[in-house]
Amino acid sequence: MEFTFDLNTIWFFLIGILLIGYAILDGFDLGVGALHLLVKDDSERRIMLNSIGPVWDGNEVWLVTSGGALFAAFPHVYATVFSGFYSALMMLLFMLIFRAIAIEFRSKRPMKWWRQMWDVAFSVASIFIAFLAGVVVANLVTGVPLDANKEFIGTFWSLVNPYTVLVGVTTVALFMTHGAIYGVMKTEGELQIKLRSWVNNTIIFFIICYITTTMATLIYYPHMIEHFKETPALFVLAVLNMLAIANIPREISRRKEFFAFLSSCASIAALLSLFAFGIFPNFVLASNNPELSLNIYNSASSQKTLNIMLIIAMIGVPFVLAYTISIYWIFRGKVKLTNMSY
Amino acid sequence: MDVEILSRIQFAFTIAFHYIYPPLSIGIAIILVIMEGMYLKTKDKFYENMTKFWVKVFALTFAVGVATGIVMEFEFGTNWATYSRFVGDVFGSALAAEGIFAFFLESGFLAVLVFGWDKVGPKMHFFSTLMVSLGSMFSAVWIVVANSWQQTPAGFHVVGEGINARAEITDFWAMVFNPSSVDRLSHVLSGCWLAGAFLIISVSAYYLIKNRHVRFAKASIKIALVVVMIASLFQLFTGHRSAVGVSKNQPAKLAAMEAVFDDQTNAPLYLFGWVDSENQKVNFGVAVPGMLSYLIGFDTNTKVTGLNSFNKEDRPPVNIVFQAYHLMVAIGFTLIAISLLGIFFWWRGTLFKQKWLLWIFVFSVLLPQIANQIGWITAEVGRQPWIVYGLLKTSEGLSKAVEAGQVWFSLILFMLIYLGLFILFIYLLNEKIQHGPEDVDSIPSEIGHPKA
Repeated sequence: MEFTFDLNTIWFFLIGILLIGYAILDGFDLGVGALHLLVKDDSERRIMLNSIGPVWDGNEVWLVTSGGALFAAFPHVYATVFSGFYSALMMLLFMLIFRAIAIEFRSKRPMKWWRQMWDVAFSVASIFIAFLAGVVVANLVTGVPLDANKEFIGTFWSLVNPYTVLVGVTTVALFMTHGAIYGVMKTEGELQIKLRSWVNNTIIFFIICYITTTMATLIYYPHMIEHFKETPALFVLAVLNMLAIANIPREISRRKEFFAFLSSCASIAALLSLFAFGIFPNFVLASNNPELSLNIYNSASSQKTLNIMLIIAMIGVPFVLAYTISIYWIFRGKVKLTNMSY
Repeated sequence: MDVEILSRIQFAFTIAFHYIYPPLSIGIAIILVIMEGMYLKTKDKFYENMTKFWVKVFALTFAVGVATGIVMEFEFGTNWATYSRFVGDVFGSALAAEGIFAFFLESGFLAVLVFGWDKVGPKMHFFSTLMVSLGSMFSAVWIVVANSWQQTPAGFHVVGEGINARAEITDFWAMVFNPSSVDRLSHVLSGCWLAGAFLIISVSAYYLIKNRHVRFAKASIKIALVVVMIASLFQLFTGHRSAVGVSKNQPAKLAAMEAVFDDQTNAPLYLFGWVDSENQKVNFGVAVPGMLSYLIGFDTNTKVTGLNSFNKEDRPPVNIVFQAYHLMVAIGFTLIAISLLGIFFWWRGTLFKQKWLLWIFVFSVLLPQIANQIGWITAEVGRQPWIVYGLLKTSEGLSKAVEAGQVWFSLILFMLIYLGLFILFIYLLNEKIQHGPEDVDSIPSEIGHPKA
């Protein structure tokens, strides 16, 4: 693989890291949302909600910042994908709004219908967001039709096909597993027992999806593994991914929830890395003519901007990591409901 | 309707709705810092409870602000892809800086501010409040920098031609401190402080009229009054500076703000009027002769460039800009008057006996909101037909891959969802106000404050 360590490559991987941060962090709170309706009791639902209460908003900032970084570093990718996937992204936005509002408003009133309504909104929106995120990512694997001016020339329905739907479902399964493990960490008593058993169910669901997706990718989109043929060292990622997934049930049965969670984080990171190495150096593959693809060079900002952004990132990221770690440290331990809770 | 007009309506609608909330958050946050600072200083539980109540109001405005804010970041790409390709190198870096420097700071410490009362000590909690306030203002910094660059582009050069043309940064700091950044930022921030502080004044005045939570309401009003007095006077100064900047950097906008058609010295300043742009005159207008020239150059001989000096297709719509601008200025002076009246009666010791003034306070919350909205209308409509002043026309910035039907679909949904959201927001805000602060009045100040 032609791998030059230039600014464009660095930014490709930095955006990858931001998206991995988003998938790991918002992944568990979307997963908690996806499981939310399976919990029936009101105070248990509140515990679920409050387990993500102080952090979901900060987690979503990773998506916002990834968007900003993409806009700045690869404006053509931002412009092509966001305008080309217009309807899908608008739905994603509406779901993000519903979800935020549902979390915020649900426990503000005591009426049963009120809470049920927002619980459904929260859960459905969480599932939808995970699904749409998967569909968007899958379209970067399959490629989309582009013209010579870097414009998307497909339709909304060209984004939806069995493969992209499969990846969407896989994403939902992955986040459900991740969310269930997070839930086990944050809860106690009966709710924790329930969540623990759900980890086992969701992980089976995930593994089935994962194997199907992998096979489909190998058969229909073999370009995803070209770099792996050239650089066999990359197979370490695939092995790491499988080991991390296999380690989850082991840690859960040993009651080491935190390690199970770390494994789940590692498997998300490894999965997205496999994806990133698979599409590199393209961002958006042109399915009609590979020559028209948007890659890290023809879609990038100037070297000067990439350099300025790198300085911004080097100043900002240590702070971001410091707050993120402190917030999770401050809110460690089991959820307790107080009068400031959701 | 075509994609252009639909996309413009959608952007205007979503940004206007979004902009109800961040000014409230920024304004309330700074008052939270003052209130919690007083708690740390006096150790009086009264101030802690007071802070806790306003934190709940803050959290509500913040939540809606975040939910509607993500939309804005997506919309540059979804509806204005050509614009995004053109400005990404410059504008994108300001947005990314906003994410890294402001959003993480804000959202991280918000968790401690809202949920961390029992998790951290009072000093750490105060620090978090301070960081949330700072984060919210950083966010204003970067977004105003980005917008100011669209108004007065600097520190860049245009590379490429035709559809491949784009602006690239040549000097980052010249881009950040472009000619209008500092004036507009200070104008925006004091507008935010006014929005937040007047909400607090309004709710507290309502309590006083209803004779509820009296001690809490009196103390809240006093803190907020100090803020609005400073902010409303500061607004006069920053507004003046911004207008002078517009006269230098965006003469077509200034000409529209004051309906100046022909180049002239001794240009008049209208107090009000209705612009007939067909016949190039102002009906029912009352103006101070020479005042506009005097204000922008401290000399009545200062020449003001009129709209006729620009090609017809390069002129902004005049009457909208004129009306928005004049109403904003009128509200600005009204806010100064309300603040000074409040301070005057406070000084006389009879503030809480002036029922009429308390009623004005109750409704005053709407004024900074209206002024903020129409101030932005002045700035954005006044920049038309340009999306980036002098460089790219709004009509050239659209997404080529998007069709009118798609925008209809999203626009209608935004309208429905935001309408519902607004009703919910008002409903829950009212719930919180009716519920009121937790037993603030039942704690005698001596318990928490033995020295008093």
